[in-house]
Amino acid sequence: MGRYVVRRLLQMIPVFIGATFIIFMMMYALPGDPIRALWGERAPDEAQMAAMKADLGLDQPILKQYWDYLTGLVQGDFGTQIASRREVIDVITDALPATVRLTLLAFLFTACIGIAMGLAAGLRAGGKTDRVILFITLLLTSVPVFVIGYLYQTYFGVRWGWVSPNVQDSENWGQLLLPAIVLASLSLAYVARLTRTSVAENRRSDYMRTARAKGLSPSRAVRVHLLRNSMIPVITFLGVDLGNLFAGAIVTEGIFNIHGIGRAVYTALNSREGATVVGIVSFIILIYLVVTLIVDLLYAVLDPRIRYA
Amino acid sequence: MRGARSAKWVASAIVVAFAATACGSDGDDSGGDASGGDSAGIVRVDGGEPQNPLIPSDTTEQYGALVMDNVFSKLLDFDDEGEIYMVAAESVEPNEDASVWTVKLKEGWTFHDGTDVTAQHYVNAWNWAAHIDNNQSTSFWFADIAGYADVHPEEGEEPTAEEMSGLSVVDDLTFEIELTNPVSYFDYKLGYTPFTPLPDSFYDDPEAFSQAPIGQGPYAFEEWNHNESIKLRTYEDYAGENKPVNGGVDIIAYTGLDAAYQDLLSDNLDVIRQVDPKDLPVYETDLGDRAVTQPYNGIQTIVPVKYGDWGDVDPKVLQGLSMAIDRETITSTVLNGSRTPADSFAPPGVLGYQEGASGDITTYDPERARELVEEGGGVPNNEVVVQFNADGGHQEWVDAVCNNLIANLDIECRSDVKPDFDTDLEARDANEVEGFYRGGWLADYPLNVNFMSELYHSRASTNYGRFDNEEVDQLFDEGNQAASLEETVAAYQEAEQVLWETMPAIPLWFQNINAGYSNNVENVSFDTSGQPLLTEITVK
Amino acid sequence: MPEAEATNVNKAVRATGAPESDVAVTEGGQPAEMAASGPVPGKPRSLWSDAWHDLRRKPSFLISAGIILVLLVMAAWPGLFTSVSPRSGDLTTSYLQKPELTHFFQPEWLGYNQQGQSIYARMIYGTRASIVIGVSVTALVLVLGSIVGMLAGYFGGWLDALLSRITDTFMGIPFMLGAMVVLVSFDTRTTWTVTMALAFLGWTTIARVMRGSVIAIKQSDYVMAARSLGAGTGRILLRHVLPNAAAPVIVVAMIALGGYITAEAVLSFLGIGLSDPAISWGGDINRAQDQIRVAPHVLLYPSILLSITILSFLMLGDAVRDALDPKLR
Repeated sequence: MGRYVVRRLLQMIPVFIGATFIIFMMMYALPGDPIRALWGERAPDEAQMAAMKADLGLDQPILKQYWDYLTGLVQGDFGTQIASRREVIDVITDALPATVRLTLLAFLFTACIGIAMGLAAGLRAGGKTDRVILFITLLLTSVPVFVIGYLYQTYFGVRWGWVSPNVQDSENWGQLLLPAIVLASLSLAYVARLTRTSVAENRRSDYMRTARAKGLSPSRAVRVHLLRNSMIPVITFLGVDLGNLFAGAIVTEGIFNIHGIGRAVYTALNSREGATVVGIVSFIILIYLVVTLIVDLLYAVLDPRIRYA
Repeated sequence: MRGARSAKWVASAIVVAFAATACGSDGDDSGGDASGGDSAGIVRVDGGEPQNPLIPSDTTEQYGALVMDNVFSKLLDFDDEGEIYMVAAESVEPNEDASVWTVKLKEGWTFHDGTDVTAQHYVNAWNWAAHIDNNQSTSFWFADIAGYADVHPEEGEEPTAEEMSGLSVVDDLTFEIELTNPVSYFDYKLGYTPFTPLPDSFYDDPEAFSQAPIGQGPYAFEEWNHNESIKLRTYEDYAGENKPVNGGVDIIAYTGLDAAYQDLLSDNLDVIRQVDPKDLPVYETDLGDRAVTQPYNGIQTIVPVKYGDWGDVDPKVLQGLSMAIDRETITSTVLNGSRTPADSFAPPGVLGYQEGASGDITTYDPERARELVEEGGGVPNNEVVVQFNADGGHQEWVDAVCNNLIANLDIECRSDVKPDFDTDLEARDANEVEGFYRGGWLADYPLNVNFMSELYHSRASTNYGRFDNEEVDQLFDEGNQAASLEETVAAYQEAEQVLWETMPAIPLWFQNINAGYSNNVENVSFDTSGQPLLTEITVK
Repeated sequence: MPEAEATNVNKAVRATGAPESDVAVTEGGQPAEMAASGPVPGKPRSLWSDAWHDLRRKPSFLISAGIILVLLVMAAWPGLFTSVSPRSGDLTTSYLQKPELTHFFQPEWLGYNQQGQSIYARMIYGTRASIVIGVSVTALVLVLGSIVGMLAGYFGGWLDALLSRITDTFMGIPFMLGAMVVLVSFDTRTTWTVTMALAFLGWTTIARVMRGSVIAIKQSDYVMAARSLGAGTGRILLRHVLPNAAAPVIVVAMIALGGYITAEAVLSFLGIGLSDPAISWGGDINRAQDQIRVAPHVLLYPSILLSITILSFLMLGDAVRDALDPKLR
């Protein structure tokens, strides 16, 4: 186990370096110069522009810039924003809480409602409930998130006034409810389908038959045996999904006025704040790598058939 | 099992969440609903995260400007007709040929940290801002002042001085500005944000200052929660005449205008400076007499570039294109009244605006348009290409203009969309525009000069169309060298007539503010640069 | 040491909704109702003809295939469905007019947008972009992913280690974010630039699934037999490994197709998808946001067609997966 973890951690290093390198290069190749943009419509002051570039190290060759960035990163320095001269790490930590809250809430929805729907469908596989739930999940996956977002916002928020159409205060869980539902809807559909399949399969397994034969009540058999075994693939999916929700909030955050990571990276991309984009993406990659590792380990814990050498 | 447990979790989470909503809405009201005409009431204004550090000379965009213009008081400001009135200055007087300007400050002004404001503070701040090593993006504003080249040399050279020789302190409240060349309207430039003083504490740590600026304006900076809000509070010892009648301002950051508008409707926000295009069709009905529509000093044009196929096109063709555009219909439908059809190169709120300067060139007349285009020898390649940036909400009107040209002139018209403003500018800098680019200009100071010399003088760096006309240059130069403001304005007005004959650009429309305010506040008005006059807003 | 393949495959293309998770669903097997429609016993047939036999009698397959057929015709010959140009607009036909819902297939059927263009015509002409991008991204991803997966799986060793790390690297880049960064760098974004951008980041799942299948097949008797008979590596890969490893890969790809269509729409919605003058649903939905208060139908109708399209491809993918899943036999 320990050796496995060490090996996985070592494997992460080239993956992390590679991914940040690709993003860094892509940002560098982008047209548009953030320093030139400080002057807007007006012609820039060339001398001042050169002085600013030298100040920020942007006049260096690209590989040197990447190396400086990487060595900075190792020491915990994410760089500085060009226009605002703020530390990128401050930008990230400012945006983080809102996204974490949104993600957690969405995750709860995904897990609870998804599993409940999957159970309801899986226990009556082939029945009417099953078909209806299957269709709902298909529908949820096929309506793009921005369409769901706008429909919910327009009807639940603006027309009927059930909830606040925008998030004014990201510490207010009630206001985060609607965006969280929107963000969760896609994963919710996956979780429901995954649970359904898993439950339906395990329902006719030998151990269930044994459990029933030895006189367990149906509900107890379901609770004790069926759920426990069916949840293994679901939980591993949920683990990876947590990271995905995190990265996927760009559209949701934009629609609902949430100042989170997704919003920050979108603005940074549009204003060519290379360090900010690379910083946030590195951060997301890191989360992804760690979560995959944890999930793989969890998988072994949950399923005794799997052992890591 | 695990699922069941988390189901309980979510149920309780939802209960908590709803409870939180209830609490939240109770708490929110405390700011606005306090007793009538409350001089301690806080005004909540929509804004966004300032993109630059909060230093007057580093502020180039509206969110930062909203903070800077209230934390600092300018020497002078402008009324709706573009006339000057004094704010922090007692007087600003030129000498005979307008090459030396004397600024006298009003007495009794203090910074928010309690120190007195003196002439030295102005001189020091300007010297600092102009110096190339301090990397201020508005440093070029000081270029008229003698000695600028010593602190801000050309690229590759080192500065030879720390201070501009043109600035000299006469006494505590008086200083002189000597210019390299006479500028009869230099006082207009002094109304721009960087011409403010900085307290002594600034120089100790400019970076810390930029996170918590100390000015001498009506509001003292209190708190900046990044991406959430910036809080300004009334400065009790403010010496100016526009002392706030409210207790302070919270500038709330929004990711989108629509979110701000929704909050305004529910009275969670008091002043909105611009209504989202989404809400433009409904905002006047939604808000009733709380809707504000008024012009501000900005113009939108499309500019042909002279280095390509449009280099030696007869101006008649451009006049024809101009007359083929149905400005009335486009501004009222596609733009929902957020613009007013242009009839001049300078908008109505600037000094020197001439109503109807265009003659009939901005009047919609498809037949005359076709004739003019034919007389002028036709549209090159029978095609018009308009370059614009996708991130500014221009797509709809560019399409509408194109549809007009296609329908009325039987030509092709397409847009060349750059993903964002940076890329758009890059193509303009590099002379890579295919036909036309979208030109937008907001007044730096409300004078017709600002809308012409910087855009159409052959040596102007912002002249991306590379328009070059001797007669125009000459009239501009005459205006710049004139000894009095009247002569300058008149020379530019004469130049404008030539512009309509030579067509360096096709003016389309002037900008309007579409704003509104909540039930909590009254006396909301906007200046001609589109910013709300926060000090005058009363909280009910 | 099983690397818990299933969980990694699950790394869904989050914002886009490419439901790779469904791969994991197959791993769990399928419930009874589907097994009932299995092959007629006693008549040995290939996997593919079995699948076809299954599919022919599945309503979800027939419906989705029917819709997709119509969409394909719409994409190929939009002129058959409407006589008006999607570009010609007249500002006097206001978007505020209510759609004439009884005037079927007429320009005014679904109303007009802000430019006075027929929404119906624009929906018809927008089909091509979505379909072409969906199909060509899937094709590209299949080719690229299969090659990488096959090489890694078959040869193993350092090549596997290298290719797997490269796959991990690309997998680590958030899909939407990566696509955005790539696309922002293009001034004009055509169908091909969007396709390349999506394929550039989308091939990893296929590579993983392919690698897994190939590793399993490599050990099988027929591959061993072919090798001992002296067949060349290329021949073994093409004749023996590829056909047998293809089924799960094709299933993943088919289901992902709907996801790529969503991805294009989301990118266009964010303003960095197809650029003018291309007509696409995502772009039209993006522009319809501004009218949502007064004329929600401008946004609604293209959204409905977009959703139906994605739904059809998902249902088709689902049906094909059920039919091809060997665990059902």
